[in-house]
Amino acid sequence: MTMIQAINSALDVMMERDPDVVVMGEDVGYFGGVFRATAGLQQKYGKNRVFDTPITECGIIGVAVGMGAYGLRPVPEIQFADYIYPALDQLVSEAARLRYRSAGEFIAPMTVRSPFGGGIFGGQTHSQSPEGIFTHVSGVKTVIPSTPYDAKGLLIAAIEDNDPTIFFEPKRIYNGPFDGHYDTPAKSWAGHPDAQVPAGYYRVPLGQARIARAGEALTILCYGTMVHVVENSVTSLGVDAEIIDLRTLVPLDIGAIEASVKKTGRCLIVHEATRTSGFGAELLSLVQERCFYHLEAPIERVTGFDTPYPHSLEWAYFPGPVRIREAINKILRD
Amino acid sequence: MSDPDGIAGTEGQAGRNLPRLRLHVPEPPARPGESADFTHFEIPAAGAQPRPDEAAQPADMRDMAYGLIRVLDEQGQAVGPWNPKLPPETLLRMLRAMALTRAFDARMFRAQRQGKTSFYMKSTGEEAVSIGAALALSRDDMCFPSYRQQGILIARDWPIVDMMNQIYSNKGDRLKGRQLPIMYSAREAGFFSISGNLTTQYPQAVGWAMASAAMGDTRIAATWCGEGSTAEGDFHSACTFASVYRAPVIMNVVNNQWAISSFSGFAGAESTTFAARAIGYGIAGLRVDGNDVLAVHAATRWAADRARSNAGPTLIEHFTYRVEGHSTSDDPTAYRSAEESSLWPLGDPIARLKQHVIGLGIWDEERHAAMDRELAEMVRDAAREAEKNGILGHGLHHPMESMFEDVFEEMPWHLKEQQQQMLDEWKAAGL
Repeated sequence: MTMIQAINSALDVMMERDPDVVVMGEDVGYFGGVFRATAGLQQKYGKNRVFDTPITECGIIGVAVGMGAYGLRPVPEIQFADYIYPALDQLVSEAARLRYRSAGEFIAPMTVRSPFGGGIFGGQTHSQSPEGIFTHVSGVKTVIPSTPYDAKGLLIAAIEDNDPTIFFEPKRIYNGPFDGHYDTPAKSWAGHPDAQVPAGYYRVPLGQARIARAGEALTILCYGTMVHVVENSVTSLGVDAEIIDLRTLVPLDIGAIEASVKKTGRCLIVHEATRTSGFGAELLSLVQERCFYHLEAPIERVTGFDTPYPHSLEWAYFPGPVRIREAINKILRD
Repeated sequence: MSDPDGIAGTEGQAGRNLPRLRLHVPEPPARPGESADFTHFEIPAAGAQPRPDEAAQPADMRDMAYGLIRVLDEQGQAVGPWNPKLPPETLLRMLRAMALTRAFDARMFRAQRQGKTSFYMKSTGEEAVSIGAALALSRDDMCFPSYRQQGILIARDWPIVDMMNQIYSNKGDRLKGRQLPIMYSAREAGFFSISGNLTTQYPQAVGWAMASAAMGDTRIAATWCGEGSTAEGDFHSACTFASVYRAPVIMNVVNNQWAISSFSGFAGAESTTFAARAIGYGIAGLRVDGNDVLAVHAATRWAADRARSNAGPTLIEHFTYRVEGHSTSDDPTAYRSAEESSLWPLGDPIARLKQHVIGLGIWDEERHAAMDRELAEMVRDAAREAEKNGILGHGLHHPMESMFEDVFEEMPWHLKEQQQQMLDEWKAAGL
């Protein structure tokens, strides 16, 4: 399965299992979503459970909070993560805090799906990675898969979870892994070991990282599209790096990070989002606080730059193999 | 600029002989030191408004958004097609709930002034808005209130000691001391957790109503916001959703004339009514005398019947007046005419209902005075009871470690670590 098919399968499985699961968002109903993630669901489950919405992100999330309070389990889609900002008040002040402020009387068990990240020539309004905004908010979980297998298992776990979850889908790898070489032909998920996705129900629990590649020379912390770019860079350099795919940022698998960095003594953090106050800064602090006496070199970060996402200069912005190789070499030199 | 007067004005530039543009900044009719002025209010006679069928098309009842539904006339008689013809026991129950709300407000306002809590908001003059609506809804309909609808809990017989515990943020506070006073939550009372962010409850109420409809339930939702916060985007997205899906929801706009110090003109009141917001969305819009509890009850019942029969949502503007300050942190004498509240032309909602029930021969001044005394004692006793659980800042609160509960269903490692760190720090400090 491609990642899109895996996401569709997760929604299908959960709608089948739980009549309280509803899917809503712009274009998700009859048409099945602009990326086809919800294709066929309305035909199968009816318009009461899969429906198109007006173009108002604050309305979509606000309505989902009310549906959650009623007892449903809404899975709203925000068509591009760049459009999540109008919904921020409903996500940050309402969904994230409802359980806390009502001491558990009301909950907002929603899973907000949203394609995110760059590398598709989407310009500044179809490329952003706003995960750091949500990891900064108390009461919301943030999940980012990097493979079709994980996308399905994590999405099922998120829908079953009683807390509001932001589920960011790296759209650059919806239809195939991306190694960062924008000028080589696109690859397919077909034949990829992580694209072998069971048809039925399974969970990938939230809060558990995946060791994408075991190694001894340094630890690389990454998630989403960057897992593939990092894997390719490591292979081409012939470095014995340990690559940790975080999978969920909140809750974070601190045990996996700590164990790996204490073993390797070196750490690189890679994400697409802008650098200043990004999630990489949090990871860097955690590693410094917990692994300082095991470190043999300064921790490095490769991130997007602190500019809006450019259109024509996309590949200069994208944290690609060149920048990752430089950072790895620097860490290993120190 | 070489040509400041635009004499050489060419295409695409402001030319000469055009008036300078002006920005209109609204100004209320009267400021402190000036006489109150209500001449711009049109107050139609009680009973003058027609009562459309509950299933009427919004397009056929547009005038309802510009009139004012009134039942109680100047003599306290219930007149016209909107007279809900309530039985005596309901009328007296309404009267008591409104009087209790006022007594509760008086006591809690005093408690704030005595330093027993941080903050309070009275609903003086607006009691009919929440009491009239609450008694017209079913007990299991879900209310998504704003912060001045404490009357809903009182009308639904919610224990006032429980409300006071919340105001004192004490160890009996069901919300564990996390919310600002008056931001109640009472799921069993069909009372949704109040947010301090304005009008966020509007789309939530619509979502709840949509869920109820999608599940084939019979319950409906109702929500309230102030006239000032109709300017928020959430108000408009909620109206769009309510209209698109014909959600079984009642959207109440409490037009109490003042959003802290900004008069209703800053939300657009100079140009149209708030009930008329409904027209652009194809929603039924009613404008109601918010100080006439029978009119509020009748309009709410009309809207509830409409919602329950799948005829769609209703937006009701309750035209009323905020007699007191916005909150205990506000001083209204700094921005509005001191006379306004006493001269408000729609009168006092409790006095108007009292006049009505006395006229019916089911009530009298002696009984009313006795009821006021009884309610004052009752809230005093309840406050003493609540104070046994603690007042704000005096140490009788939920355990400190409870601060970390309910952020998530299960506490993740980072919150457990922070919880332990806090406890260790307090222990090390010898506290």
